[in-house]
Amino acid sequence: MSGTFLGMPKFQAAAPEALANSQQRRNLQHATHTIRDKRARVVEELDDWEELRQAGAAIKDNVLSHLDTYLVQLEESLTRAGATVHWASDADEANRIITSLVQETGTDEVVKVKSMATQEIGLNEALEETGIAAWETDLAELIVQLGHDKPSHILVPAIHRNRAEIREIFLSEMGQVGTPPPGDLSADPRDLAEAARVHLREKFLRAKVAVSGANFAVAETGTLVVVESEGNGRMCLTLPETLISVVGIEKVLPRLEDLEVFMQLLPRSSTGERMNPYTSTWTGITPGDGPQQVHVVLLDNGRTDALADSVGRQALRCIRCSACLNVCPVYERVGGHAYGSVYPGPIGAILNPQLRGTTSEVDQSLPYASSLCGACGDVCPVGIEIPELLVHLRTRVVDEQRGGMPSGEQIAMKGAAWMFSDHRRWEMAQKGTELGGRAMKKKDTIGRLPGPLSAWSDARDSPTPPTETFRSWWKREKGGQS
Amino acid sequence: MISLPGHGLRVALFATCFNDAMWPETPKAVVTVLERLGVTVEFPLQQTCCGQMFTNTGYAREALPLVERFADVFDDYDAVVAPSGSCVGSVRHQHAGVARGCGRTDLADRATTTAANVYELSELLVDVLGVTDVGATFPHRVTYHPTCHSMRMLRVADKPLQLLQNVRGIDLVDLPAAEECCGFGGTFAMKNADTSVAMGADKAHHVRETQAEVLVAGDNSCLAHIGGLLNRQRAGVRVMHLAEVLASTERDFAAENDLRAPTDTEVTA
Ligand code: SF4
Repeated sequence: MSGTFLGMPKFQAAAPEALANSQQRRNLQHATHTIRDKRARVVEELDDWEELRQAGAAIKDNVLSHLDTYLVQLEESLTRAGATVHWASDADEANRIITSLVQETGTDEVVKVKSMATQEIGLNEALEETGIAAWETDLAELIVQLGHDKPSHILVPAIHRNRAEIREIFLSEMGQVGTPPPGDLSADPRDLAEAARVHLREKFLRAKVAVSGANFAVAETGTLVVVESEGNGRMCLTLPETLISVVGIEKVLPRLEDLEVFMQLLPRSSTGERMNPYTSTWTGITPGDGPQQVHVVLLDNGRTDALADSVGRQALRCIRCSACLNVCPVYERVGGHAYGSVYPGPIGAILNPQLRGTTSEVDQSLPYASSLCGACGDVCPVGIEIPELLVHLRTRVVDEQRGGMPSGEQIAMKGAAWMFSDHRRWEMAQKGTELGGRAMKKKDTIGRLPGPLSAWSDARDSPTPPTETFRSWWKREKGGQS
Repeated sequence: MISLPGHGLRVALFATCFNDAMWPETPKAVVTVLERLGVTVEFPLQQTCCGQMFTNTGYAREALPLVERFADVFDDYDAVVAPSGSCVGSVRHQHAGVARGCGRTDLADRATTTAANVYELSELLVDVLGVTDVGATFPHRVTYHPTCHSMRMLRVADKPLQLLQNVRGIDLVDLPAAEECCGFGGTFAMKNADTSVAMGADKAHHVRETQAEVLVAGDNSCLAHIGGLLNRQRAGVRVMHLAEVLASTERDFAAENDLRAPTDTEVTA
């Protein structure tokens, strides 16, 4: 299986296949419920959670409405601190920049700290094409990479795997790319973690170049911040000689003190912890300590397009905590792969169509991959109105398809709207309901139906229509008074 | 005896298109409950649909005339009530946005004003009329599903439960994982039928766990979805709208059991 999502089918086609994987469904259900309960507990501890959310949203909104200013400021402070800043307008440009930076060092491998941005641009595959091996060092990422799999969660990319599956992957794959696990490896989490530690240690000590993302980039000081749980990220950020960080342009924060808000919002929302185990900050180059070559690639890749949409731009507030995934009933059942992107779940459903546009089938299907239950909007630590954005993007998808040959749905929707736009037409249509009701009187439900209605009736009975609508009853009983 | 807290109030009933055509018992029950409390209920015949299905499927332009019609029909009452958290949610949280998205700021302002007066049934009873005991009797084992739009768009919180707790004879049991979506989601139930059914199956499972005879909610569309699954499973659980439970009286129950109805416990307007 390829590590990229190119050519994925649309959500509606991918979901049934994922649903049929009962092992994956059990793994997902267990994992999402565990994290969501933990999150709920630690959020409840804070009586100023709402204020924090609002502060987070306000800081991000301020950044987004003055993005140009803050980015220029960030570039200046990074350069002053000794880093080299590169601008990449899309994935190809970013990959070209990074590949040539690595080639200049003469090495043929890099270690990576988990980064959504590099997954978004398909960096590993781009490096591979030029003969450079990229080693993921985040434990879950390592599992995904060794399993020739795709990530299915923002924070826990291997959430769809259980311990026994991970053991299998380690046994069959680790030895082919480095230090193998012990032959008697058990499925105990401690043994699995130890095998990964030994396997990765060799790579850390050898690596000359590391590639990272960043959770935040502070404009005032040129400081980049990575928040993580395992400490492997810190190894990447300190051991190699060259560090290349790929940072989405929406990650910028004005001042160092703004971190105060996000350092509370992020760990509680993502892992359900009061504080995350490792927070690394680095500001350019410190002579004699850490990487002596620091490059920062500032990545657009559709972000300015999203920014141009006054309703949609709030999706750029996202701090990738994954709380919305963990509470999403759709994600819980189908998992991340069905979304056809590194950003799955509710945030994926609103971010991808904005970053990539709505020309492909998968991006047209994503805004519909939700029952609009609203759980995602309620947990989002930066107050993104996800359900509202889903509807907004559905409107965009529908509007873009107007004018051509009308689809069955378009015809049905236009017809129904025409009927409802005058109450006399609606009353006429109700006569049909009453006739149907009288014809079916005896049974009190309807079983399987033909054609497109079978989407409903394959698993669900339907109520029979009544013999008298409410309107008819009202006219009869209340004498047409209104 | 209960007093008449709704005396002098002129309330328009927005039946919602689905209830009007498919579940007339529900708006009838709303009329029964409100008239029992002294409210003057009117049903403006020009009403049709709030447009939610169009809006939520992406057809804002098709929803626009319905938004306008809603404002035209309902802007002149003390209050408007609808037996659907979902439709009230759409009126309150989408109408102005649909108008604005279609460049109709004038209509957006009117829609905002009208929407401020539109209530879901439990909101009208508890917040406007200040009643939690509507004089109902319903001697059955019941569990309550808080539909997503009532819970998250309207934030009706425990108002429906307060009303149910005061129903005589009721055996109200908690629904496990009550706050999880049943998977209906309007056109989602058709467009993503497999996922919708997978979600609904878990909900149906939890309903069966309670051993309730009746599943109650404030939205018939969610109930049709869950009920359709329960029925296919021959689970023997009935689904019922909150309004119908609140409209039930000892007399209904006595009639059901072929007993003489004690007429003096009932209060009518
Ligand atoms: S949309 Fe909100 S909840 Fe979802 S990942 Fe982003 S910040 Fe977290």
